[in-house]
Amino acid sequence: MLGAPQGTYARVRDGFRAYRMIAGMWIRSTMAYRASFVMTTFGNFAATGLDFVAVLLMFSRVDRLGGYSLPEVAFLYGISATSFGITDLVVGSMDRLGRRVRDGTLDTLLVRPVPVLAQVAADRFALRRLGRVTQGLLVLAYAISVLDIDWTPLRLLMVPLMLLCGAAIFAAVFVAGGAFQFIAQDASEVQNSFTYGGTTLLQYPPTVFAKDLVRGVTFVLPLAFVNWLPGLYVLGRPYPLDLPTWIAFTPPLIAAGCCALAGLVWRAGLRSYRSTGS
Amino acid sequence: MGTGRLYTAVAVGGFRRYATYRTATAAGVFTNTVFGLILAYVFMALWDEKPHLGGYDQAQALTYVWLSQALLMAMATMGGGFEDELIERIRTGDIAIDLYRPADLQLWWLSQDAGRAMFHLLGRGAVPLAFGALFFELALPADPLTWIAFLIAVVLGTVVSFSLRYLVALSAFWLLDGAGVAQMYMIAGVFCSGMLLPLNVFPGALGEVVRALPWSSLVQGPADVLLGTADPLGTYAFQASWALGLLTLGRLIQSVATRRVVVQGG
Repeated sequence: MLGAPQGTYARVRDGFRAYRMIAGMWIRSTMAYRASFVMTTFGNFAATGLDFVAVLLMFSRVDRLGGYSLPEVAFLYGISATSFGITDLVVGSMDRLGRRVRDGTLDTLLVRPVPVLAQVAADRFALRRLGRVTQGLLVLAYAISVLDIDWTPLRLLMVPLMLLCGAAIFAAVFVAGGAFQFIAQDASEVQNSFTYGGTTLLQYPPTVFAKDLVRGVTFVLPLAFVNWLPGLYVLGRPYPLDLPTWIAFTPPLIAAGCCALAGLVWRAGLRSYRSTGS
Repeated sequence: MGTGRLYTAVAVGGFRRYATYRTATAAGVFTNTVFGLILAYVFMALWDEKPHLGGYDQAQALTYVWLSQALLMAMATMGGGFEDELIERIRTGDIAIDLYRPADLQLWWLSQDAGRAMFHLLGRGAVPLAFGALFFELALPADPLTWIAFLIAVVLGTVVSFSLRYLVALSAFWLLDGAGVAQMYMIAGVFCSGMLLPLNVFPGALGEVVRALPWSSLVQGPADVLLGTADPLGTYAFQASWALGLLTLGRLIQSVATRRVVVQGG
């Protein structure tokens, strides 16, 4: 921005620093009302837990769903909910971008010497979203303690890897969705289909869904790499599509690819931005 | 005569206000359809495992999924209708002006919400249901009378929904910030209205309780009338008694609130 052009590394570092500062500011502002923070965090925990309550209610009437037992579904659920929770905490504010585009307040962000993506992602940073992460982790802990998995070092490593790569894949969806809002404005709700809809889809085993839908989230929008492909490897279950085993280890590559693509889409979206009124 | 026209105008205004945002409506329809699709497959797996669960066959269960998506916005199951606005007016003190108006506060908002519900039923409900009927085998009735019976249950359901959310809004007279209550309402609404799972699938005593609560008027009641699995008159009686009771309670609380309240801001 000011002075000599920076290298990529310096820009990224500045972006993270700005993100930390803005998020920190919002956390301090949240902590001014501690009781309210505790209540809304609990509310977030309970509201996001309803999905798992639905699973429990289903298993109160059946023993298996799509051939999977309750702990197995809980395992898939835990990975999906936790990784989505991390993304929601870190960049969940992206879906407010449409509003900023509509009312023109995005202009304020453009004139600051800080990457716009960092500002939009940290905008109204909501620590209460830890409620969702906590809920997901509890379900995951339950699943792991009940399941009789033959733990090898590789399988053990897969769990944190899935959470990180899953969060990165979801983050790419959020950023691409944000870029879409530059054009769509009022249509911001479409993004929910892929973010909230995506995590809901992944909470159930792939055997439940039609083959075409599974193909779509494997080859087109690669959500299956969040928990289905690597998770089924850990559970020792076959994937409904005929894919080689090594695919289960590709989430880091897929996540990196998704993030790179999302970055490009974000730039294109930002460049197409025309302020309101013009 | 004059007052009838006033409330009709308010209702028409409510309809047109939501009808203005066409892109947002289309986006919402898309999202409802995606969620309907996910739930439809989950329900198919569930009913494969246990046919006739809760007294539904698979086609009826699928019909239930698409109906619940179609009614989600009309019934404001998750909140987010007029109550946010009313809470804000109570918080800022604008409510004082509303109380001076020569119109009844409860009826005013009821008319406005009726207009909104009407729009959401058509704008957000029709397409997901049509999509479901096109791509899944649903148990939709051929008899137009059943559809009329269903629509009556929907209208009664929206009144119950309104009367519940009116109580949520009135809580702001004491709490000032409605965020907490609105969130609780959302959780209760999603759980008890049958958005997660048909209420007749809920196990044992829990099922008995949720079916007796007012929220079962929102989705479960109308759905059962359409599916022919409940007696329409019994459903209407259930819905109407909750609506009447809750509206009366709203009146009582409102009169207490307006007598005790020293309006915010002097």
